[in-house]
Amino acid sequence: MIRLRELTKKFGSLTAVDGISLSVGRGEVLGFLGPNGAGKSTTMKMVSGFLAPTSGSANVCGHDVVEEPVKVKSRIGYLPERGPSYGDMTPQSFLNFIAAIRGFDGNEKARRVAQTVERLALGEVLGQTIDTLSKGFKSRVGLAQAILHDPEVLMLDEPTDGLDPNQKHHVRNLIREMARDKAIIVSTHILEEVEAVCTRVIIIARGRLLTDDTPEELLARSRHHNAVLVTMDASAVEPVQKEIAALNSVEGVDILDGLEDRARLRVMPKHGRPIVIEISGLIRAKNLPVRELHVEKGSLDEVFRDITRASEGMGEGDA
Amino acid sequence: MRNIRIIALREISGYFTTPLAFVFIVIFLALTGAFAFYVGGFFERGQADLRAFFEFHPWLFLFLVPAIAMRLWAEERKTGTIELLLTLPVSTTEAVLGKFLAAWGFTGVALVLTFPMWITVNVLGTPDNGVIATSYLGSFFMAGAFLAIGACISALTKNQVIAFIVASAVCFLFTMSGLEMVLNFFRGWAPEVLIDAIASMSFLIHFDSVTKGVIDLKDAVYFVSLIAFWLFANVTVVELKKAG
Repeated sequence: MIRLRELTKKFGSLTAVDGISLSVGRGEVLGFLGPNGAGKSTTMKMVSGFLAPTSGSANVCGHDVVEEPVKVKSRIGYLPERGPSYGDMTPQSFLNFIAAIRGFDGNEKARRVAQTVERLALGEVLGQTIDTLSKGFKSRVGLAQAILHDPEVLMLDEPTDGLDPNQKHHVRNLIREMARDKAIIVSTHILEEVEAVCTRVIIIARGRLLTDDTPEELLARSRHHNAVLVTMDASAVEPVQKEIAALNSVEGVDILDGLEDRARLRVMPKHGRPIVIEISGLIRAKNLPVRELHVEKGSLDEVFRDITRASEGMGEGDA
Repeated sequence: MRNIRIIALREISGYFTTPLAFVFIVIFLALTGAFAFYVGGFFERGQADLRAFFEFHPWLFLFLVPAIAMRLWAEERKTGTIELLLTLPVSTTEAVLGKFLAAWGFTGVALVLTFPMWITVNVLGTPDNGVIATSYLGSFFMAGAFLAIGACISALTKNQVIAFIVASAVCFLFTMSGLEMVLNFFRGWAPEVLIDAIASMSFLIHFDSVTKGVIDLKDAVYFVSLIAFWLFANVTVVELKKAG
C-alpha cells in the first residue's frame, strides 16, 4: 500500500534521504529505526506530502504523492514529530475541525469524534485548551487526529514520545489493534517498542537503508542471542566453567561480575544456536552446584549500534 | 469551497478564543476615532461626511493589518502545525484562501464596528451615504490588499516579528508610491511611463478616488488584482518551501 522508489531528498549539499526503496503492505507494522538525523522524519514528511522529494517517487494506495497529493493525504493518517496541534483550541474543537476537513458531517462527524475520544481516553480534557494539557494528553490528541478517519495507511513519527509507561502500553496496544487492516509505519528510537509492535524493522542511517528484517531475525544477529547466563556460588566457578566450556556447542565462557558470594558465567553458543537444554542436561548429569539459568535473547540495542556504527565507519553519528 | 470554509472558520475561531480579536478591535476603534476627531478635525470641518475618518485608514492599516497577517503562516511554521495543515487533504490554494478570508473577514468585522461614526454623522447632518458606503468598501478592499501582502510575507519566515516589519515596510512602499515626494525622486531621469506605473501602484491614489464616492473600474481592478497577485505569490511561497 506504500511503495517508495529511490526516494531522495537533498537540502542544499546535504543528502538527508538517499535513494530509499521499500514497500509496506496491509497488516504490516513497519518499525522505522535510525539514529537522530538519519532521515526517518524526512522520509515520512515526503510520503505524507509535506516535503517534495528531490527525486524518486512515493506511492500510496496507487496514487503518486506529487501528482495526486490530496488523494494521498486523504488516505493517510499522519502524526508528525512531536504531534503538533493548535494550542489555543480544545481537543473537542480541534477534532471537530479535523473531522470536518476529512469530509465528515453531522452525525457521522460526531460519532467519529466521540469514538476517537474514547479510544484515546481524552474524555476528561475535552474542554481544556490543548496548550494547558500534559505532554501525555497532547501527544494523544495528535494521535487522535491521525486515526480519526480510520485511514488505510498510518504513519506515526515517534508516537510514544513523552508518554509514561502506562500510556505507552496503551498506545502500543492501539497500534497492534489497528494493524490488522492497515499498513502502519512507526518511527522510533525506542527499541523495545519495535519488539512490542512491529512485524518488520528497517534501519536507516545517513539517509541510507541498511537493513530490512523481522525483529526476530534482527535479534538473532545479536552476539548474545541464545547465550546462557549461569549463576552459582562463587566457590564453584572453576569446575562449572571447565565442564561447560568442554561442550561441543559452546563457543566460549565469560566470567561476569558476580554479586558478593554469587558468580555468573555467560556461555556463548556456536552460531547462535540454542544451548540451554544441553547445559541444563550437563548440570543435572554432573550435579553441578548451579542456582539459576537464564537464556538471553540478545538486545536490539546492540544490533542497532553494530549496524549503524558500521555504516558510519569511525565517524560520529549525531548529525 | 467546503475546505476553504472549514479552514477559515477554524482560523476565525482562533481569533476569538484568544484576546487577539478583542485587543485588535478595541485599538482599531480607539485609533480610528482618535484620528478622526483630533487629527482629522471631524467637527472643525463642519461638513457632514466621513473624510476625516477614512483619510487615516491607510496609515492605520499600515501597522494594524500586518499585525493580523504576521501570524497567519509564521505561527504555524513556528509551532509545527503547518505540517499538520499541509498533510490534511486540502490543496495549498485552499489553505491560503481559507486563511486569507478569515483574516479579511475579521478586519471586515472591525470596520463594521466603526458604525457609530456613521450614525454620528447622520445625526449631525445629511451626509452622502453613497459616498460613505463606497468609502467603506474601498477601505475594506485596501485592508484586503495589505493583508494579502502580509500573508505572503508571513509564509516566508517562522519569525512573526520579521514578518510584521517586512510586511509593514512593503505596505509602506505601496502606500507611499503615489506621493509627490516619492515620484519626484524618479522625475527627471525615469521615463514618464515608469513614473505613471509607480504612481498607479499607490494605495493612496486609488483609495482617495474611492473615498470621493467614485467607483472606477480601474480602482476595483487595482485592488482585486493586487490581492490576487499576492495570494498567488503566497501559494507559490508555500509550495517552494515544500521543495525545501
